[in-house]
Amino acid sequence: MTASTRSPRLRLAVFILCALPVAAAVYWAASGQLGANPVETLLHHTGLWALRLLLLTLAMTPLQRRLARPWPVHIRRQLGLWCFFYALVHFSLFAVFDLELRLDLLGEELLERPYITVGFSALCLLLPLALTSTRGWQRRLGRGWKKLHRLVYPAAALACLHFLWKTKVDEPEAAAYAMILALLLILRLPVWRRPDH
Amino acid sequence: MRSHPVPIRMKLKESDITPEVLFRQRRRILQMAALAPCLAWHGSAAAKAADFANGEEPNSYEDITRYNNFYEFGTDKSDPAKHAHRLTTAPWTVTVDGQCDAGGQFDLDQLLKRVTLEERIYRLRCVEAWSMVVPWQGFELGSLLKTFQPRSSAKYVAFETAVRPAEMPGLKYSSIDWPYREGLRMDEAMHSLTLLATGLYGKPMPKQNGAPLRLVVPWKYGFKSIKSIVRIHFSETRPATTWNMLQPREYGFYANVNPQVDHPRWSQARERRIGEWFKRDTLMFNGYAEQVAGLYRGMDLRKEY
Repeated sequence: MTASTRSPRLRLAVFILCALPVAAAVYWAASGQLGANPVETLLHHTGLWALRLLLLTLAMTPLQRRLARPWPVHIRRQLGLWCFFYALVHFSLFAVFDLELRLDLLGEELLERPYITVGFSALCLLLPLALTSTRGWQRRLGRGWKKLHRLVYPAAALACLHFLWKTKVDEPEAAAYAMILALLLILRLPVWRRPDH
Repeated sequence: MRSHPVPIRMKLKESDITPEVLFRQRRRILQMAALAPCLAWHGSAAAKAADFANGEEPNSYEDITRYNNFYEFGTDKSDPAKHAHRLTTAPWTVTVDGQCDAGGQFDLDQLLKRVTLEERIYRLRCVEAWSMVVPWQGFELGSLLKTFQPRSSAKYVAFETAVRPAEMPGLKYSSIDWPYREGLRMDEAMHSLTLLATGLYGKPMPKQNGAPLRLVVPWKYGFKSIKSIVRIHFSETRPATTWNMLQPREYGFYANVNPQVDHPRWSQARERRIGEWFKRDTLMFNGYAEQVAGLYRGMDLRKEY
């Protein structure tokens, strides 16, 4: 059986859950609940969900090992793609409303604002992962695919840094996500693997 | 920051909304200068609001009172509107001390007898690159400061916000060294644009906006305009100020709005006016350069940011 035919109900549930933040944003927009600064609200909302889904994606492999069940890996690709979707919308909102699609402004921001540089780098690292997420590319790239997809680690680190650097004062939420990432990376150390695996 | 800054729908009575509508109507009528004398019978303070915002429309009462930075009540901009109702604002005592001859502890009502309230519409530019237009009511800070008879040794005025752990849930979550502190050079404090505000939109100051007494310095970033003031201190030396203490590289003592001097992490060249989707250019000294640039003549504004 291929990945797409495994755990179909679970995959549908994940799809619906991952689409909920979009539904929430549309509902807020329609009912005038985006607040005094709608652009800021939407930027924060999409950025936060991109980061949450990135960490959730990274949690699937350790979860699969821990549970000794295959289902976490069946939903990993979908979670990763949803993360990329939110990251792309996040950047697009910034490009349209803050930069008015002006490349000179984008260049200036990338050069002069470390948190923008770091956030944009994270998106750039995620792009090839999203593009090569299909089984076709997985086959074509062979061993290289796994190597390429290790880019998710620097991408996650940069995304956490982006959030930490963006905030005005010590932000407990940004620090919490950085800690979750650290934990997920520690769980990947070989010492945690059971000897029979 | 919370993940879903969904504003709570506040129940507003008809009587709560009317003044703002009236306010806007009156302003529009006022702009037709010929009609102004006919309006005198209204007698409302709102009708007499002096426009210091180039005719720009004030933001709605709702936006002004639900999008606030007041960390004593939480770091999310919707927190002050949710929690500030717990603040007891009457009675309110202000301590005045330091380099002055007529300091002491004063009940706010006592102090307000010394001044004349007026309405002024000012732009407010936050260091976070958003801005609003607010119709304040208040009085010139200088007119009150004079009554305390500051000595010639008083070079600065420092302000402190109330610290009420039982009423301010934000106090325990932050690494800020409370009380919130701000300060001005004496000539900045005495400038005729500098207000102490007691209300907005013709109503008493909402608690989330710094009731009952707050500073308004329209040419400086919003964090200089300290809220819920309980202490005024005349000082010989430059006082420590909260954001400068936290991140001196990012927040200077002066904090004058300056599109040419960026915050180390973001640009100050443009700002998003609340209610607009795209950004607009930020003006030097927030558009008050004509009145205040002289205060800083000869200073390197890149160093004294």
